[in-house]
Order: sequence, then C-alpha cells, then structure tokens
Amino acid sequence: MIEVRNLVKNFGPFTAVKGVSFKVEKGEVLGFLGPNGAGKTTTMRMIVGFLPPTSGTAVICGHDVVEQPVEAKRMFGYLPENAPVYDSMLVANFLSFIAEIRGFKGAEKKERVESAIRKCHLESVRYQSIGTLSKGYRQRVCFAQAILHDPPVLIMDEPTDGLDPNQKHVVRMMIKQMAAQKSIIISTHILEEMDAVCTRAIIISNGSIVFNGTPDELRSRSPSGRLDEVFRELTLGKEEKVNA
Amino acid sequence: MPRVRNVFVVLKRELMSYFESPVAYVFMVFFLLLIGFLTFSVSRLYERNMADLQPFFFWYPWVFLILVPAATMGLWAEERDTGTIELLLTMPITLAEALLGKFLASWLFMAIAIALTFPVVVTVAILGDPDMGAVIGGYVGTLMLAGACAAIGMLTSSMTRSQVISYVISFTICLVLLLAGWEPITGFFSKWAPAWLVDTVAAFSFIPHFEALRRGVVDLRDIAYYTSIIVFMLFATHIVVENRKSA
Ligand SMILES: Nc1ncnc2c1ncn2[C@@H]1O[C@H](COP(=O)(O)OP(=O)(O)OP(=O)(O)O)[C@@H](O)[C@H]1O
Ligand SMILES: [Mg+2]
Repeated sequence: MIEVRNLVKNFGPFTAVKGVSFKVEKGEVLGFLGPNGAGKTTTMRMIVGFLPPTSGTAVICGHDVVEQPVEAKRMFGYLPENAPVYDSMLVANFLSFIAEIRGFKGAEKKERVESAIRKCHLESVRYQSIGTLSKGYRQRVCFAQAILHDPPVLIMDEPTDGLDPNQKHVVRMMIKQMAAQKSIIISTHILEEMDAVCTRAIIISNGSIVFNGTPDELRSRSPSGRLDEVFRELTLGKEEKVNA
Repeated sequence: MPRVRNVFVVLKRELMSYFESPVAYVFMVFFLLLIGFLTFSVSRLYERNMADLQPFFFWYPWVFLILVPAATMGLWAEERDTGTIELLLTMPITLAEALLGKFLASWLFMAIAIALTFPVVVTVAILGDPDMGAVIGGYVGTLMLAGACAAIGMLTSSMTRSQVISYVISFTICLVLLLAGWEPITGFFSKWAPAWLVDTVAAFSFIPHFEALRRGVVDLRDIAYYTSIIVFMLFATHIVVENRKSA
C-alpha cells in the first residue's frame, strides 16, 4: 500500500534524510520514531508530495507521488505537524471545503462532512470559527479533514501532540479502530503510544533508519525491557551517551 | 489542463475568506470613499458640467496602487505563515489549479468593489449623455489594470511569509510600472534620455495602455498587454511556490 523507496532530502549542503526505505501493508500501523530533528517530518512531507525528494520516491496504492501526484494524493489523508487549519473559517465550512476539493458533491458531500463531524466529536463546535477553538479541538478538526474521504492510507505527523490524556486516548482508539482496513503511518515522541497502537516501529536518527521491527522486538533489545533505554541506545551518539 | 471544478472550489473558499473577516468590508468602504473623494472633491466631477467619466477613471490606477497589494498580500503569505499551504498542496489538485483559484478570487473581489461604483455612472447617465463607449472602455481598462496589479500582488505574496513585506514589494513594483509612463515622469526623462529608451520603458507602463481604454478606445493590443502581464506573473508564482514550499 505504501512503499517508500530510498528517499533522500538535501537542504543546501545539509542532508536531512539519507536514503529511507520501507513498506507498509494493509492492516499495519507504523510508528515513526526518532529524536527532534531526526527527519520524520521531512520524510512524511516527501511521502505526501509536499516536498520534492532530492532522490527516491514513494508509491501509494500503486501511484508514484513524484510522477502521478494527484492520483497519489487521492489515496491518503494527511495530518500535518501542528495541525494547520484555516482560522477564519467555521468548522463546518472548512470540512465542506475539504469535501469539495476531494471531489464530493451534493448529498454525498453532506454525508461525508456529517460523518467526519460525528467520528471526531465536533458537533458542539460545528458553527464555531476555527481560530477560536482550543488546541485539542483544532487537532481534531484537522484529524477530521484527514479521514473525511475514508482513505486507504493515513499519514499523521504527531496526531496526539498537545492533547490532554483523555483526548489522546480518544485519538488512539480511533486509529486502532481504523487500523484493520488501512495502512497508517504515525510519527510520535511517546514510546508508550507507539507500544499501544503500532504494529511496527521504525526509529530514525540523523536521517537514517536505525531500527525497523515490532514493538516487542524493540523491547527485547534491552535487558531491562525498557523502551526508553533502547531508544536512547539507538539514537544517541557515543559522546552524547557519556554525557547523558 | 487545470480542471475548472478544482479552480472553482479554491476560488470559492478564497472569496469566502475575504468576506468572513472584516477586512473585506473595510476594504470596500475605504475603496469607495477614496474613489468618491478623489472624483468629486479633487477632480470636481459635477462642477465640470460635462457628462463624462474621465476624472472618475483617472484615479483608479492610484487607488489600486494602495489597495490591491492589500487585497492580495495574504494569498500565499498567510498560507505559508500558518502552515495551511501544506494542507492545500497535499489535496488532490495541481498547483496551477490552486493558484488560478486564488488569483481569480482576488480579481473577482476587486471586480465586486469596482461594480459598487455604478451609482456614479448612473448619476452621470441621468444628468447628461455620457459616451457609453468611453464608460465601457473605462471599466474594461479598470478591470484589466486590477487584474495586472492582483497578479503582481500574488507573486510577491508567494515569495514571503510576511504580508507586510508582500505589500511593500508589490506596492513598489506597481508604483514603478505606473510612474514609468506617467507624463510628468516621462517628460522629465525625455529631456536628457534618448527618446527610444523613454518610449520603451513607457511601453511597459500601465498608464499608456490604461489611457487609451479610458478614452473609449478598446484596442486589443492594450488588452494583450495586461493579459501578458497576468500570465507572466502567474507563471512566476508557479515557479516560486513550487521551489519554496517549505521555506
Ligand atoms: N526547509 C528546511 N530548510 C532547511 N532545513 C530544514 C528544513 N526543514 C527541515 N530542516 C532540517 O531537517 C532536519 C529534520 O527536520 P524534521 O522536521 O524532519 O525533524 P523531525 O524528525 O520531524 O523533528 P521533530 O521531532 O522535532 O518534529 C532538521 O535538522 C531541520 O532543521
Ligand atoms: Mg516533526
């Protein structure tokens, strides 16, 4: 469903992503982990066709994002980092815009918007201007936008960032519910979250993959069975480890 | 080829966002007051006792200079600043469709403002017998000029995440394009610069092409001039956005 082929991204002389490849099949939830600045967001932006890769490509449901961007973009829903949404719009109008731009019309458009509002529990803020929403609600509006067309692929950059524990739980449950029918990539800093929702984890450090396996395999790497220790082990350089 | 439906969806949202904020109303009121003040108090349209709209159309380039950069400065700069550009450009539409929708929305917004000046035309038509050819020419010229200014404004908006910077740059570009063909300026330069140089520079200016239309001469070359400015700016915007998406 998602095939990432040797993605590389240079920003001037700096290489942010150094040849990342992996596959995500239907029913899998891939947790994308790594320290700040590891290149998670950059990799995701290349997969969704926002940033052009320096080399390599991603294929989503058989469509190459570089060669057939529009076809590939129909196949996924994307929740960008920090959940950007149009502040001046009302929640309902925003979702209606997304439905239209995704090609829905008339009764089906209404139905899509309603179901997204229902799934993300946005009934109470439907006619509120997005700029006045709390961070958690903004995040949910952006989440609603990503699942509105019920895409086979979901790509979410820190979907639970800034949410309170209850809302985090709600989002995780939603991801789990959808998991069987879809291929999902989520990036996160929370190791427990990865453990709770992901079927597989990829850890990326300085632009390269340093681990690709199940959460259990990751845990078994440490004698104490603690995820944070393995994470530190995998992502810190030698000198940093001494100081840590 | 851009699909009309996608262009229209973007256009609709963009136009809605103008009217969802007070900016649109402030803009319209300010525009009408400014045009009204310049036409009636400065040019004394009615006291001239002539049923024509020359003084009315005379002021448009200068009013556009101040207002169009304000109407377009948010088109891309705001998307960049708030990060919504990432959302818009990962929707299943092409960049060409997105930027056409945005451009047409800002142009249509200007057209609405221009259309609201119709009472002036009605009044003059009731009081006298104006040359309708000149009125139509004046409005065509005004619309084309608004389009060209809007296209320049969209380009500068795509280059930065700061709306203020976008305003200042497009104001400057429009000012240069206005002044390059303005009599007092060309007159000053023709005293010492070779005539062909003054003429070439003036040919790039808005003013000569606007003057002909204002007099009621709808020449296809003038229309082509504005159209080519718009097309050029749209292509340039495409290149800028494509290359500087995340900057
Ligand atoms: N447009 C850009 N120009 C230059 N450098 C960039 C640009 N975007 C990202 N980078 C750099 O690329 C590296 C990877 O950034 P990225 O945002 O992908 O990290 P991340 O893994 O998502 O981090 P975080 O966990 O903090 O979100 C960073 O060093 C960042 O400074
Ligand atoms: Mg990130």
